[in-house]
Amino acid sequence: MAKLKFIKPDLQEATAACCGPTESTLQASDEASCKTCLPDREDYRPAWITGTIMTADGAIPVISTELTRSDYWEHVKCRTSAFRNNYIVNPGLYAVGAPGKNSYVLVSANYKLSFDALRKALKGLNVWVLVLDTKGINVWCAAGKGTFGTNELIRLISITKLDRLVDHRKIIVPQLGAPGISAHEVKKASGFKVCYGPVLAENIGAYIAAGYEATKEMRTVMFPLIDRLILTPMEINPAMKKYYPWYALMILAVFGLQPGGIVFKDALVGGLPFILLGLVSVLAGALVTPALLPFIPFRSFAVKGWITGILCVFLSAKFIAMIGHLNTVLLFFSYLFFPLASSYVALQFTGATTFTGMSGVKKELKISIPLYILGALVSLVLLLVYKLSEWRIL
Amino acid sequence: MKYLSNTASLEFFPGRCTGCGRCIEVCPHGVFALENKKAVILDKDQCMECGACVGNCAFGALKVDKGVGCAAAVINSIIIGGEPSCGCSGNNKKGDCC
Repeated sequence: MAKLKFIKPDLQEATAACCGPTESTLQASDEASCKTCLPDREDYRPAWITGTIMTADGAIPVISTELTRSDYWEHVKCRTSAFRNNYIVNPGLYAVGAPGKNSYVLVSANYKLSFDALRKALKGLNVWVLVLDTKGINVWCAAGKGTFGTNELIRLISITKLDRLVDHRKIIVPQLGAPGISAHEVKKASGFKVCYGPVLAENIGAYIAAGYEATKEMRTVMFPLIDRLILTPMEINPAMKKYYPWYALMILAVFGLQPGGIVFKDALVGGLPFILLGLVSVLAGALVTPALLPFIPFRSFAVKGWITGILCVFLSAKFIAMIGHLNTVLLFFSYLFFPLASSYVALQFTGATTFTGMSGVKKELKISIPLYILGALVSLVLLLVYKLSEWRIL
Repeated sequence: MKYLSNTASLEFFPGRCTGCGRCIEVCPHGVFALENKKAVILDKDQCMECGACVGNCAFGALKVDKGVGCAAAVINSIIIGGEPSCGCSGNNKKGDCC
Protein backbone atom coordinates (compact mmCIF):
# COMPACT_ATOMS: atom_id res chain seq x y z
CA MET A 1 0.00 0.00 0.00
CA ALA A 2 1.37 3.43 -0.94
CA LYS A 3 2.23 5.63 1.98
CA LEU A 4 -0.67 7.93 2.65
CA LYS A 5 -0.33 11.56 3.43
CA PHE A 6 -2.00 12.88 6.54
CA ILE A 7 -4.16 15.81 5.53
CA LYS A 8 -4.62 18.40 8.21
CA PRO A 9 -8.38 18.54 8.31
CA ASP A 10 -10.36 21.64 7.87
CA LEU A 11 -12.63 21.12 10.86
CA GLN A 12 -15.77 21.85 8.94
CA GLU A 13 -14.75 19.61 6.08
CA ALA A 14 -13.65 16.83 8.40
CA THR A 15 -16.91 17.04 10.27
CA ALA A 16 -18.65 16.66 6.97
CA ALA A 17 -16.62 13.60 6.10
CA CYS A 18 -16.79 11.92 9.40
CA CYS A 19 -20.07 12.96 10.76
CA GLY A 20 -21.72 14.80 7.93
CA PRO A 21 -23.21 18.24 8.10
CA THR A 22 -25.64 18.28 10.94
CA GLU A 23 -29.20 18.19 9.85
CA SER A 24 -31.84 20.13 11.62
CA THR A 25 -33.27 16.87 12.91
CA LEU A 26 -30.05 15.98 14.70
CA GLN A 27 -29.52 17.05 18.25
CA ALA A 28 -26.67 19.32 19.30
CA SER A 29 -25.26 16.42 21.32
CA ASP A 30 -24.87 14.44 18.09
CA GLU A 31 -22.43 17.03 16.84
CA ALA A 32 -20.52 17.11 20.10
CA SER A 33 -20.25 13.35 20.43
CA CYS A 34 -18.89 12.94 16.93
CA LYS A 35 -16.98 16.09 16.09
CA THR A 36 -14.38 14.48 13.92
CA CYS A 37 -12.42 11.25 13.91
CA LEU A 38 -9.40 13.14 12.66
CA PRO A 39 -7.13 14.98 15.06
CA ASP A 40 -6.65 18.59 14.08
CA ARG A 41 -2.86 18.38 14.32
CA GLU A 42 -0.52 15.84 12.80
CA ASP A 43 1.34 15.35 16.10
CA TYR A 44 -1.94 14.40 17.85
CA ARG A 45 -2.51 11.64 15.33
CA PRO A 46 -2.59 8.18 16.95
CA ALA A 47 -0.09 5.72 15.45
CA TRP A 48 -2.91 3.55 14.10
CA ILE A 49 -4.13 6.32 11.76
CA THR A 50 -1.72 6.04 8.86
CA GLY A 51 -3.12 8.76 6.62
CA THR A 52 -6.29 10.06 5.06
CA ILE A 53 -8.32 9.25 2.03
CA MET A 54 -10.26 11.94 0.19
CA THR A 55 -13.89 11.39 -0.67
CA ALA A 56 -16.51 13.71 -2.14
CA ASP A 57 -17.50 14.53 1.45
CA GLY A 58 -14.00 15.17 2.78
CA ALA A 59 -11.05 13.37 4.35
CA ILE A 60 -11.49 10.03 6.07
CA PRO A 61 -8.76 8.52 8.27
CA VAL A 62 -7.07 5.37 7.00
CA ILE A 63 -6.26 2.92 9.79
CA SER A 64 -3.47 0.41 10.13
CA THR A 65 -4.22 -3.32 10.34
CA GLU A 66 -1.03 -3.94 12.30
CA LEU A 67 -1.15 -3.78 16.09
CA THR A 68 1.88 -2.33 17.81
CA ARG A 69 3.53 -3.39 21.05
CA SER A 70 1.91 -0.42 22.75
CA ASP A 71 -1.55 -1.56 21.53
CA TYR A 72 -0.95 -5.00 23.07
CA TRP A 73 0.28 -3.48 26.32
CA GLU A 74 -2.88 -1.36 26.48
CA HIS A 75 -4.92 -4.54 25.96
CA VAL A 76 -3.21 -6.15 28.96
CA LYS A 77 -4.11 -3.08 31.04
CA CYS A 78 -7.72 -3.35 29.83
CA ARG A 79 -7.90 -6.93 31.06
CA THR A 80 -6.52 -6.14 34.48
CA SER A 81 -7.54 -2.66 35.53
CA ALA A 82 -9.88 0.32 35.25
CA PHE A 83 -7.78 1.47 32.28
CA ARG A 84 -10.48 -0.05 30.07
CA ASN A 85 -13.05 2.44 31.32
CA ASN A 86 -11.67 5.15 29.08
CA TYR A 87 -10.17 3.22 26.17
CA ILE A 88 -12.05 4.70 23.28
CA VAL A 89 -11.77 5.69 19.64
CA ASN A 90 -13.82 8.49 18.11
CA PRO A 91 -17.03 7.26 16.54
CA GLY A 92 -17.30 7.81 12.80
CA LEU A 93 -16.06 6.45 9.54
CA TYR A 94 -12.61 4.94 8.91
CA ALA A 95 -10.97 3.36 5.87
CA VAL A 96 -8.85 0.22 5.61
CA GLY A 97 -6.63 -0.04 2.53
CA ALA A 98 -8.06 1.90 -0.40
CA PRO A 99 -11.82 1.34 -0.31
CA GLY A 100 -14.15 2.61 -3.01
CA LYS A 101 -17.80 2.81 -3.97
CA ASN A 102 -18.31 -0.96 -3.95
CA SER A 103 -16.32 -1.80 -0.82
CA TYR A 104 -17.81 -3.57 2.16
CA VAL A 105 -18.89 -1.53 5.19
CA LEU A 106 -18.18 -3.08 8.58
CA VAL A 107 -19.70 -1.79 11.81
CA SER A 108 -17.86 -1.77 15.14
CA ALA A 109 -17.98 -0.35 18.67
CA ASN A 110 -15.82 2.50 19.92
CA TYR A 111 -14.11 0.42 22.63
CA LYS A 112 -10.58 0.34 21.30
CA LEU A 113 -10.10 -3.31 22.28
CA SER A 114 -13.03 -4.27 19.99
CA PHE A 115 -11.88 -1.84 17.28
CA ASP A 116 -8.35 -3.33 17.41
CA ALA A 117 -9.70 -6.89 17.13
CA LEU A 118 -11.51 -5.84 13.98
CA ARG A 119 -8.73 -3.85 12.29
CA LYS A 120 -6.25 -6.67 12.97
CA ALA A 121 -8.60 -9.01 11.09
CA LEU A 122 -8.79 -6.74 8.05
CA LYS A 123 -5.27 -7.26 6.71
CA GLY A 124 -5.16 -6.98 2.94
CA LEU A 125 -8.78 -5.87 2.59
CA ASN A 126 -10.18 -2.60 1.24
CA VAL A 127 -13.18 -1.81 3.42
CA TRP A 128 -14.95 0.98 5.29
CA VAL A 129 -15.33 0.73 9.07
CA LEU A 130 -18.24 2.51 10.72
CA VAL A 131 -17.63 2.99 14.44
CA LEU A 132 -20.72 3.55 16.60
CA ASP A 133 -20.63 5.52 19.84
CA THR A 134 -21.02 2.75 22.40
CA LYS A 135 -19.48 4.84 25.22
CA GLY A 136 -16.31 2.77 25.14
CA ILE A 137 -18.11 -0.56 25.68
CA ASN A 138 -17.55 -3.71 23.61
CA VAL A 139 -20.07 -4.79 20.98
CA TRP A 140 -21.89 -7.52 22.93
CA CYS A 141 -22.25 -5.66 26.24
CA ALA A 142 -23.19 -2.45 24.42
CA ALA A 143 -25.79 -4.35 22.36
CA GLY A 144 -27.26 -5.68 25.63
CA LYS A 145 -27.50 -2.13 26.95
CA GLY A 146 -28.82 -0.81 23.63
CA THR A 147 -25.97 1.66 22.98
CA PHE A 148 -24.83 -0.53 20.11
CA GLY A 149 -28.35 -0.17 18.82
CA THR A 150 -30.74 0.46 15.98
CA ASN A 151 -30.97 4.22 16.58
CA GLU A 152 -27.21 4.70 16.89
CA LEU A 153 -26.61 2.72 13.70
CA ILE A 154 -29.23 4.72 11.78
CA ARG A 155 -27.72 7.95 13.17
CA LEU A 156 -24.19 7.07 12.04
CA ILE A 157 -25.36 5.92 8.59
CA SER A 158 -27.09 9.26 8.22
CA ILE A 159 -24.36 11.60 9.49
CA THR A 160 -21.55 9.85 7.62
CA LYS A 161 -23.63 10.06 4.42
CA LEU A 162 -22.98 6.39 3.81
CA ASP A 163 -25.51 6.32 0.98
CA ARG A 164 -23.27 8.75 -0.96
CA LEU A 165 -20.06 6.97 -0.08
CA VAL A 166 -21.00 3.53 -1.40
CA ASP A 167 -23.13 2.38 -4.32
CA HIS A 168 -24.43 -0.78 -2.64
CA ARG A 169 -26.86 -0.98 0.30
CA LYS A 170 -25.40 -3.62 2.60
CA ILE A 171 -23.62 -3.26 5.93
CA ILE A 172 -21.89 -5.97 7.91
CA VAL A 173 -22.79 -5.82 11.61
CA PRO A 174 -21.06 -8.17 14.07
CA GLN A 175 -23.42 -10.97 15.06
CA LEU A 176 -22.98 -10.16 18.75
CA GLY A 177 -24.38 -6.69 18.00
CA ALA A 178 -27.72 -8.31 17.12
CA PRO A 179 -29.27 -7.99 20.63
CA GLY A 180 -29.22 -4.21 20.13
CA ILE A 181 -30.18 -4.06 16.47
CA SER A 182 -33.43 -4.64 14.62
CA ALA A 183 -32.24 -5.31 11.09
CA HIS A 184 -35.67 -4.68 9.56
CA GLU A 185 -35.93 -1.28 11.27
CA VAL A 186 -32.46 -0.26 10.08
CA LYS A 187 -33.49 -1.22 6.54
CA LYS A 188 -36.72 0.74 6.79
CA ALA A 189 -35.04 3.88 8.14
CA SER A 190 -31.78 3.92 6.18
CA GLY A 191 -32.25 1.64 3.19
CA PHE A 192 -29.25 -0.44 4.26
CA LYS A 193 -29.63 -4.17 4.64
CA VAL A 194 -27.96 -5.51 7.78
CA CYS A 195 -25.88 -8.63 7.17
CA TYR A 196 -24.77 -10.22 10.39
CA GLY A 197 -21.10 -11.12 10.28
CA PRO A 198 -19.40 -13.83 12.31
CA VAL A 199 -19.09 -13.82 16.12
CA LEU A 200 -15.31 -13.38 15.98
CA ALA A 201 -13.64 -10.61 13.99
CA GLU A 202 -10.91 -13.06 12.98
CA ASN A 203 -13.44 -14.88 10.76
CA ILE A 204 -14.43 -11.76 8.84
CA GLY A 205 -12.10 -12.58 5.94
CA ALA A 206 -13.65 -16.03 5.51
CA TYR A 207 -17.14 -14.53 5.81
CA ILE A 208 -16.43 -11.97 3.09
CA ALA A 209 -14.75 -14.56 0.87
CA ALA A 210 -17.82 -16.79 1.18
CA GLY A 211 -20.07 -13.91 0.06
CA TYR A 212 -21.68 -12.81 3.33
CA GLU A 213 -21.98 -16.43 4.53
CA ALA A 214 -20.93 -17.64 7.97
CA THR A 215 -20.66 -21.28 8.96
CA LYS A 216 -22.51 -22.60 12.04
CA GLU A 217 -19.18 -22.63 13.91
CA MET A 218 -18.63 -18.94 13.08
CA ARG A 219 -22.12 -18.18 14.42
CA THR A 220 -21.69 -19.99 17.74
CA VAL A 221 -20.14 -18.45 20.83
CA MET A 222 -17.71 -20.69 22.64
CA PHE A 223 -16.10 -20.18 26.02
CA PRO A 224 -12.72 -21.95 25.96
CA LEU A 225 -10.22 -22.05 28.83
CA ILE A 226 -8.14 -19.16 27.49
CA ASP A 227 -11.20 -16.88 27.26
CA ARG A 228 -12.23 -17.82 30.78
CA LEU A 229 -8.74 -17.19 32.16
CA ILE A 230 -8.43 -13.79 30.45
CA LEU A 231 -11.51 -12.68 32.37
CA THR A 232 -10.35 -13.83 35.82
CA PRO A 233 -8.14 -10.84 36.76
CA MET A 234 -11.21 -8.62 36.65
CA GLU A 235 -13.01 -11.11 38.91
CA ILE A 236 -10.17 -11.31 41.45
CA ASN A 237 -9.49 -7.56 41.40
CA PRO A 238 -12.87 -6.28 42.63
CA ALA A 239 -13.26 -9.12 45.15
CA MET A 240 -9.86 -8.26 46.63
CA LYS A 241 -10.57 -4.53 46.62
CA LYS A 242 -14.21 -4.53 47.72
CA TYR A 243 -14.49 -7.27 50.30
CA TYR A 244 -11.08 -8.54 51.31
CA PRO A 245 -9.67 -5.50 53.23
CA TRP A 246 -12.82 -5.34 55.40
CA TYR A 247 -12.71 -9.05 56.02
CA ALA A 248 -9.00 -8.96 56.94
CA LEU A 249 -9.59 -6.04 59.32
CA MET A 250 -12.47 -7.89 60.98
CA ILE A 251 -10.42 -11.05 61.43
CA LEU A 252 -7.49 -9.11 62.92
CA ALA A 253 -9.90 -7.33 65.29
CA VAL A 254 -11.55 -10.61 66.35
CA PHE A 255 -8.25 -12.31 67.12
CA GLY A 256 -6.46 -9.26 68.50
CA LEU A 257 -9.23 -8.16 70.83
CA GLN A 258 -8.45 -9.19 74.40
CA PRO A 259 -9.96 -8.06 77.71
CA GLY A 260 -6.91 -5.80 78.15
CA GLY A 261 -7.16 -4.21 74.67
CA ILE A 262 -5.88 -5.05 71.16
CA VAL A 263 -2.94 -7.47 71.22
CA PHE A 264 -1.09 -7.34 67.87
CA LYS A 265 0.71 -10.65 68.37
CA ASP A 266 -2.62 -12.46 68.93
CA ALA A 267 -4.15 -10.64 65.97
CA LEU A 268 -1.39 -11.82 63.64
CA VAL A 269 -0.78 -15.35 64.96
CA GLY A 270 -4.47 -16.17 65.44
CA GLY A 271 -5.71 -14.27 62.41
CA LEU A 272 -3.17 -15.23 59.77
CA PRO A 273 -4.61 -18.69 58.91
CA PHE A 274 -8.02 -17.07 58.39
CA ILE A 275 -6.65 -14.21 56.33
CA LEU A 276 -5.02 -16.87 54.14
CA LEU A 277 -8.23 -18.93 54.01
CA GLY A 278 -10.06 -15.78 52.89
CA LEU A 279 -7.58 -15.41 50.05
CA VAL A 280 -8.01 -19.08 49.19
CA SER A 281 -11.79 -18.70 49.00
CA VAL A 282 -11.53 -15.65 46.70
CA LEU A 283 -9.17 -17.56 44.40
CA ALA A 284 -11.39 -20.66 44.55
CA GLY A 285 -14.37 -18.62 43.37
CA ALA A 286 -12.72 -16.16 40.99
CA LEU A 287 -9.93 -18.25 39.46
CA VAL A 288 -10.33 -22.01 40.06
CA THR A 289 -14.09 -22.11 39.37
CA PRO A 290 -13.85 -20.19 36.04
CA ALA A 291 -10.82 -22.22 34.95
CA LEU A 292 -12.45 -25.59 35.70
CA LEU A 293 -16.00 -24.44 34.86
CA PRO A 294 -17.05 -27.29 32.53
CA PHE A 295 -15.54 -29.96 34.78
CA ILE A 296 -17.15 -28.97 38.09
CA PRO A 297 -20.44 -30.84 38.59
CA PHE A 298 -23.85 -29.10 38.54
CA ARG A 299 -24.90 -26.15 36.40
CA SER A 300 -25.47 -23.64 39.19
CA PHE A 301 -22.53 -21.27 39.63
CA ALA A 302 -23.29 -20.96 43.34
CA VAL A 303 -22.98 -24.75 43.72
CA LYS A 304 -19.88 -24.92 41.53
CA GLY A 305 -18.23 -22.20 43.65
CA TRP A 306 -19.22 -23.94 46.87
CA ILE A 307 -17.74 -27.26 45.72
CA THR A 308 -14.46 -25.61 44.66
CA GLY A 309 -14.46 -23.62 47.89
CA ILE A 310 -14.92 -26.60 50.19
CA LEU A 311 -12.20 -28.58 48.38
CA CYS A 312 -9.77 -25.67 48.57
CA VAL A 313 -10.59 -25.02 52.24
CA PHE A 314 -10.17 -28.74 53.01
CA LEU A 315 -6.69 -28.77 51.42
CA SER A 316 -5.72 -25.49 53.06
CA ALA A 317 -6.98 -26.60 56.48
CA LYS A 318 -4.85 -29.76 56.13
CA PHE A 319 -1.87 -27.55 55.44
CA ILE A 320 -2.67 -25.23 58.35
CA ALA A 321 -3.14 -28.26 60.65
CA MET A 322 0.44 -29.28 59.83
CA ILE A 323 1.79 -26.02 61.21
CA GLY A 324 -0.64 -25.43 64.04
CA HIS A 325 -3.86 -26.42 65.68
CA LEU A 326 -7.31 -25.29 64.63
CA ASN A 327 -9.86 -25.02 67.38
CA THR A 328 -13.07 -27.07 66.73
CA VAL A 329 -15.34 -24.01 66.69
CA LEU A 330 -12.99 -22.27 64.25
CA LEU A 331 -12.91 -25.39 62.09
CA PHE A 332 -16.71 -25.29 61.92
CA PHE A 333 -16.51 -21.60 61.07
CA SER A 334 -13.97 -22.32 58.31
CA TYR A 335 -16.04 -25.05 56.64
CA LEU A 336 -19.17 -22.91 56.82
CA PHE A 337 -17.92 -19.45 55.90
CA PHE A 338 -15.22 -19.93 53.26
CA PRO A 339 -17.07 -22.25 50.84
CA LEU A 340 -20.01 -19.81 50.97
CA ALA A 341 -17.64 -16.90 50.23
CA SER A 342 -16.20 -18.86 47.30
CA SER A 343 -19.74 -19.63 46.11
CA TYR A 344 -20.69 -15.92 46.20
CA VAL A 345 -17.56 -14.91 44.30
CA ALA A 346 -18.14 -17.67 41.70
CA LEU A 347 -21.71 -16.46 41.21
CA GLN A 348 -20.32 -13.08 40.12
CA PHE A 349 -18.64 -14.84 37.18
CA THR A 350 -22.08 -15.27 35.58
CA GLY A 351 -21.64 -11.69 34.35
CA ALA A 352 -18.53 -12.63 32.40
CA THR A 353 -19.75 -15.86 30.83
CA THR A 354 -21.14 -16.26 27.35
CA PHE A 355 -24.09 -18.48 28.23
CA THR A 356 -25.90 -17.49 31.45
CA GLY A 357 -29.37 -15.94 31.21
CA MET A 358 -31.10 -13.53 33.56
CA SER A 359 -33.93 -15.89 34.55
CA GLY A 360 -31.39 -18.51 35.63
CA VAL A 361 -29.34 -15.99 37.61
CA LYS A 362 -32.49 -14.73 39.36
CA LYS A 363 -33.42 -18.31 40.26
CA GLU A 364 -29.95 -18.95 41.70
CA LEU A 365 -29.99 -15.74 43.71
CA LYS A 366 -33.44 -16.42 45.10
CA ILE A 367 -32.13 -19.57 46.75
CA SER A 368 -28.57 -18.57 47.48
CA ILE A 369 -28.88 -15.04 48.94
CA PRO A 370 -30.91 -16.18 52.00
CA LEU A 371 -28.37 -18.98 52.50
CA TYR A 372 -25.46 -16.52 52.29
CA ILE A 373 -27.09 -14.24 54.87
CA LEU A 374 -27.88 -17.17 57.16
CA GLY A 375 -24.35 -18.54 56.73
CA ALA A 376 -22.78 -15.16 57.51
CA LEU A 377 -24.90 -14.79 60.66
CA VAL A 378 -24.07 -18.30 61.92
CA SER A 379 -20.39 -17.62 61.12
CA LEU A 380 -20.49 -14.50 63.26
CA VAL A 381 -22.12 -16.45 66.10
CA LEU A 382 -19.37 -19.10 65.83
CA LEU A 383 -16.67 -16.41 66.04
CA LEU A 384 -18.46 -14.96 69.07
CA VAL A 385 -18.65 -18.41 70.71
CA TYR A 386 -14.93 -18.89 70.07
CA LYS A 387 -14.13 -15.49 71.55
CA LEU A 388 -16.27 -16.00 74.64
CA SER A 389 -14.81 -19.46 75.26
CA GLU A 390 -11.31 -18.01 74.81
CA TRP A 391 -12.14 -15.47 77.48
CA ARG A 392 -13.60 -18.33 79.56
CA ILE A 393 -16.98 -16.67 79.71
CA LEU A 394 -18.64 -19.72 78.12
CA MET B 1 -21.65 -25.52 28.46
CA LYS B 2 -25.25 -25.11 29.52
CA TYR B 3 -26.82 -23.08 32.30
CA LEU B 4 -29.79 -24.07 34.50
CA SER B 5 -32.47 -26.09 32.71
CA ASN B 6 -36.09 -24.99 32.28
CA THR B 7 -35.44 -21.38 33.22
CA ALA B 8 -35.18 -19.56 29.87
CA SER B 9 -38.21 -17.39 29.19
CA LEU B 10 -38.05 -17.83 25.39
CA GLU B 11 -41.43 -18.28 23.69
CA PHE B 12 -42.08 -19.09 20.05
CA PHE B 13 -45.32 -18.54 18.11
CA PRO B 14 -45.03 -20.77 15.01
CA GLY B 15 -48.17 -19.26 13.47
CA ARG B 16 -46.35 -15.98 12.88
CA CYS B 17 -43.08 -17.50 11.62
CA THR B 18 -42.34 -17.01 7.94
CA GLY B 19 -39.18 -19.11 7.96
CA CYS B 20 -36.92 -16.17 7.05
CA GLY B 21 -34.11 -17.63 9.13
CA ARG B 22 -33.03 -14.41 10.86
CA CYS B 23 -33.25 -16.06 14.31
CA ILE B 24 -30.89 -18.81 13.17
CA GLU B 25 -28.49 -16.17 11.87
CA VAL B 26 -28.35 -14.10 15.06
CA CYS B 27 -28.57 -16.73 17.83
CA PRO B 28 -25.09 -17.22 19.33
CA HIS B 29 -26.00 -20.62 20.80
CA GLY B 30 -27.68 -22.39 17.91
CA VAL B 31 -31.06 -22.53 19.67
CA PHE B 32 -33.01 -22.52 16.37
CA ALA B 33 -33.12 -24.54 13.18
CA LEU B 34 -35.29 -24.45 10.09
CA GLU B 35 -37.66 -27.38 9.53
CA ASN B 36 -40.32 -27.45 6.80
CA LYS B 37 -39.81 -23.72 6.12
CA LYS B 38 -40.45 -22.78 9.75
CA ALA B 39 -38.15 -22.12 12.67
CA VAL B 40 -38.04 -24.68 15.47
CA ILE B 41 -36.45 -24.47 18.90
CA LEU B 42 -33.78 -27.16 19.10
CA ASP B 43 -32.69 -26.66 22.70
CA LYS B 44 -34.29 -24.01 24.88
CA ASP B 45 -31.80 -24.61 27.71
CA GLN B 46 -29.11 -23.12 25.48
CA CYS B 47 -30.95 -19.78 25.39
CA MET B 48 -29.20 -16.99 27.33
CA GLU B 49 -32.04 -14.49 26.83
CA CYS B 50 -29.90 -11.95 24.96
CA GLY B 51 -32.91 -10.94 22.87
CA ALA B 52 -31.11 -10.97 19.51
CA CYS B 53 -33.77 -13.20 17.91
CA VAL B 54 -36.71 -11.19 19.25
CA GLY B 55 -35.34 -7.83 18.09
CA ASN B 56 -34.59 -9.18 14.63
CA CYS B 57 -37.84 -11.06 14.05
CA ALA B 58 -39.88 -8.71 11.91
CA PHE B 59 -43.00 -10.83 12.40
CA GLY B 60 -43.26 -10.93 16.19
CA ALA B 61 -42.92 -14.71 16.31
CA LEU B 62 -40.62 -14.68 19.33
CA LYS B 63 -40.78 -13.38 22.88
CA VAL B 64 -38.22 -13.39 25.66
CA ASP B 65 -37.65 -11.67 28.97
CA LYS B 66 -34.45 -10.04 27.73
CA GLY B 67 -31.75 -9.24 30.24
CA VAL B 68 -28.20 -9.66 31.46
CA GLY B 69 -27.30 -13.00 33.01
CA CYS B 70 -25.10 -11.25 35.54
CA ALA B 71 -25.41 -11.78 39.31
CA ALA B 72 -23.91 -8.36 40.12
CA ALA B 73 -26.47 -6.64 37.89
CA VAL B 74 -29.38 -8.57 39.42
CA ILE B 75 -28.15 -7.91 42.99
CA ASN B 76 -27.76 -4.19 42.19
CA SER B 77 -31.28 -4.09 40.80
CA ILE B 78 -32.57 -5.66 44.03
CA ILE B 79 -30.70 -3.09 46.15
CA ILE B 80 -31.25 0.08 44.13
CA GLY B 81 -34.35 -0.94 42.19
CA GLY B 82 -34.98 -0.89 38.46
CA GLU B 83 -34.21 -3.44 35.80
CA PRO B 84 -30.97 -5.45 36.09
CA SER B 85 -28.44 -3.65 33.95
CA CYS B 86 -24.75 -4.06 33.71
CA GLY B 87 -22.95 -1.12 35.30
CA CYS B 88 -20.46 -1.04 32.45
CA SER B 89 -20.08 2.44 31.16
CA GLY B 90 -17.35 4.87 30.37
CA ASN B 91 -18.26 6.71 33.56
CA ASN B 92 -17.62 3.74 35.76
CA LYS B 93 -14.25 4.60 37.24
CA LYS B 94 -14.14 1.72 39.66
CA GLY B 95 -13.58 -0.84 36.96
CA ASP B 96 -15.52 -3.36 38.97
CA CYS B 97 -17.86 -4.55 36.27
CA CYS B 98 -17.60 -6.11 32.84
